[in-house]
Amino acid sequence: MMKTQLTLAPILFHWSAEKKLDFYARIADEAPVDVVYLGEVVCSKRTPFFEKHYDEVAERLKRGGKTVVFSTLAEVMLKRERNMIAGFCDLEDYEIEVNDTSALWHLSDKNYRVGSLMNVYNEDTMAYLVGLGATHFSLPPELPRSAIAILAQYAAQSGVTTEVQVFGRASLALSARCYHARAHGRIKDNCQFVCEEDPDGMPLVTIDKQEFLTVNGIQTLSHSYINLLGELSDLQQMGITHCRLVPHTQDMVAVANVFRDALDNKVSAGESVEKLTALDIAAPFSNGFWHGKPGHQWAGKPEIVQK
Amino acid sequence: MNRPELVCPAGTPSAMRTAVEAGADAVYCGFQNATNARNFPGLNFTVPELEKAVAHAHAGGTRVLLAVNTFPPAGKVNLWKEAVENGARLGVDAFIVADIGVANYIAKNYPGIRLHLSVQAAATTPEAIKFYCREFNVKRVVLPRIMTVPEIKMMADAIPCEIETFIFGNHGLMVEGRCSLTNYITGLSTNMDGVCSPAAQVQYIKDDVGNLSTRLGEFTIDCFSCDENAGYPTICKGRYLTAAHDGPYYAFEEPVSLNLSSLLPDLMAAGVTALKIEGRQRSRAYVKSVVTAYRRAVDSVMAGKDPEISGLLALTEGQKETQGAFKSKTWR
Repeated sequence: MMKTQLTLAPILFHWSAEKKLDFYARIADEAPVDVVYLGEVVCSKRTPFFEKHYDEVAERLKRGGKTVVFSTLAEVMLKRERNMIAGFCDLEDYEIEVNDTSALWHLSDKNYRVGSLMNVYNEDTMAYLVGLGATHFSLPPELPRSAIAILAQYAAQSGVTTEVQVFGRASLALSARCYHARAHGRIKDNCQFVCEEDPDGMPLVTIDKQEFLTVNGIQTLSHSYINLLGELSDLQQMGITHCRLVPHTQDMVAVANVFRDALDNKVSAGESVEKLTALDIAAPFSNGFWHGKPGHQWAGKPEIVQK
Repeated sequence: MNRPELVCPAGTPSAMRTAVEAGADAVYCGFQNATNARNFPGLNFTVPELEKAVAHAHAGGTRVLLAVNTFPPAGKVNLWKEAVENGARLGVDAFIVADIGVANYIAKNYPGIRLHLSVQAAATTPEAIKFYCREFNVKRVVLPRIMTVPEIKMMADAIPCEIETFIFGNHGLMVEGRCSLTNYITGLSTNMDGVCSPAAQVQYIKDDVGNLSTRLGEFTIDCFSCDENAGYPTICKGRYLTAAHDGPYYAFEEPVSLNLSSLLPDLMAAGVTALKIEGRQRSRAYVKSVVTAYRRAVDSVMAGKDPEISGLLALTEGQKETQGAFKSKTWR
C-alpha cells in the first residue's frame, strides 16, 4: 500500500500577505505535508493582496519537497472571476484543483484535480470526470463513510487518487452575499475587508449562547473542527490516498506532525487526539458526517474521547 | 418578445390539477423519495399518481417537468436511475437534473427527452452552462437566484440554451446545491436526501412569559416575543449573535419571499424563456392564487399592459417580500 499523503488545503480565511508568507515559509521548512494547495477559493476581492507572492511561495514549497497545486475560486460570477479561472486553466507549470464547473469548460485537453467544493457524490460522476481528465478527487466533507468507501474503491480501480478532509472547520455553504460585510452593516462592494479581523472565521452563536457556525465572507463553515484521527486507519484501509488539513491559526506544523505520526502508526488514535487537544483549539472536534450523523457530533470509538 | 412559459409547482396530484386549471404552461414535480430536492413528508408522487397526472396535464396542454435534481451518494445511484426510467416511461416532457452522473445517464439512455439543468447545479457562468450543454445537450438552465436582471440578459446572450428563472416564492440564501447546513445540524442532507430543516427535528418551545423558541435538532434558530409571528426554523433565516453586531440579528437574511412581479417586463425583455414559481411544499390555495395572478400578469405584459399584481403579498412568508439579488448588486 502506498504511503498515505498529507495535504494542506488552501487558506480559506483572509490572512495578511505577511502572515501568509510566514506561514508558508514555516510549512516549507518544517511541516510533514506532501502537497500544498495555494490560491484564493472564497473571495476574488482578496486575490490582489497575495497574487505577486505566489511564484516565490510556490518555489519555496517546492524546494521544501512539496507538490504545489493551485486551487480555483469556488463561486465564479463576475467577468474578472471568469478571466481568473481561464488564466488558471492555462497554467503550464502547476497542477490545478477546480472548485467550480466553469473551469471544466476550459480543461478539455488537460489533467486536473477536483476540489472538495465540487459535487462529486457518486461513482458515475467520478467516472465521467475521469473521462474528462480528472486525476484526483478531494471529496465533499458531508459524505458518509459508506459512500466514501465505494468512491475510494472505484477511484483505485480507475487509477485516480482520493482525498478526505481530516482536520479543520468544514465548509458548509456558499452564498452570493457576504455575511462578514452584513454583520458590520456593509455590503460586499464596500466590505473594507472586515473579514481580515477573523483569521479563523467569525463565530455565530445562537440566541441562547450555543456555539453554532462560522462566517468567512460568502462562506459558512462549521464551528467544530473536523477531526478524523480515530478514523484514519479505516480510511487508509478503504484506499483513501490523501488526507487534507485545513489551515487555521493553530500551530499547523504541530497539527501535521500529529496526523503524520498517526498515519504512520507511531502514535495511537487515542493518544493523537490528546496531542491535538493539547494544541488549544478553541472549538470542539466533530466527525459526525463520516459516521452518517449530524455533522457537528462526535461519534465513533468510545475509547477515543476529546477534552 | 416571445411569450414565456409559466412553470408552476406541483407538490401533490391535486396541486398539479390546480396549477393546470389556473393556466400553468408547465408544472414541475418529483417522486416520493430522495431523488428530488423537496423530499418532504406528504409531498410528491407515487409512480401510479404521476402516470395519471401526466395524462391529465397533457390533456390540458401543460408540460410536465420531473425533478431528479439531488445528488445520489455512491451506493444509492440506482434509486435515481429508477426515477429516470419511470419518468421516461410515463412520458414526462423534461428531466430537471443537477448531478453529472444522472445527467449523463439520461443523455445516453434517453436522448429524446429534454434535459434541464436544475438550480441545484449552481451554474453561474456562461462557461459552466456551456459545459453542461456540450456534454449532455442541456436545453435549459434554471439560474441561481443570485443574479441581477442585467446579468441575466448578458447570460442569455452568451449561452446556447434557454433560461428559466425564479419569479416568486421562498428565497433560499445559500447557493443551492452547495449547502450542507441541514446535514451539519440534523444528519439529513439537502443534496443527498432532498431535505432542508426536516420537520421531524423541529421544535417550538414556549417559555413562562410567552416567548417562543424555534429549534432544529440541538440548536435554537430563532426566538419570538408574543407579538411576533414565529417563522419556521430554516437555518439561513434564523437570528444569531456575533461580536460585531449589536444583539440578535438575521445573519444571513430576514425571512422574506421573492416577488418579481414588477420586474416581469424586464425579465421577459432580457430573454428569459421560462418563469418559475417556487413552492411545491405549499398548499393548493397558494398554487391557485399565485399561478392565477402570474398567468394574468404575463398575459398583460404580452398585451403591452401593466402587470399589476395585488393580493400576492398575503402569500409571502411573514408577509415580507423582496426582489433579492435580481434588483441590485447592493443585495450582496
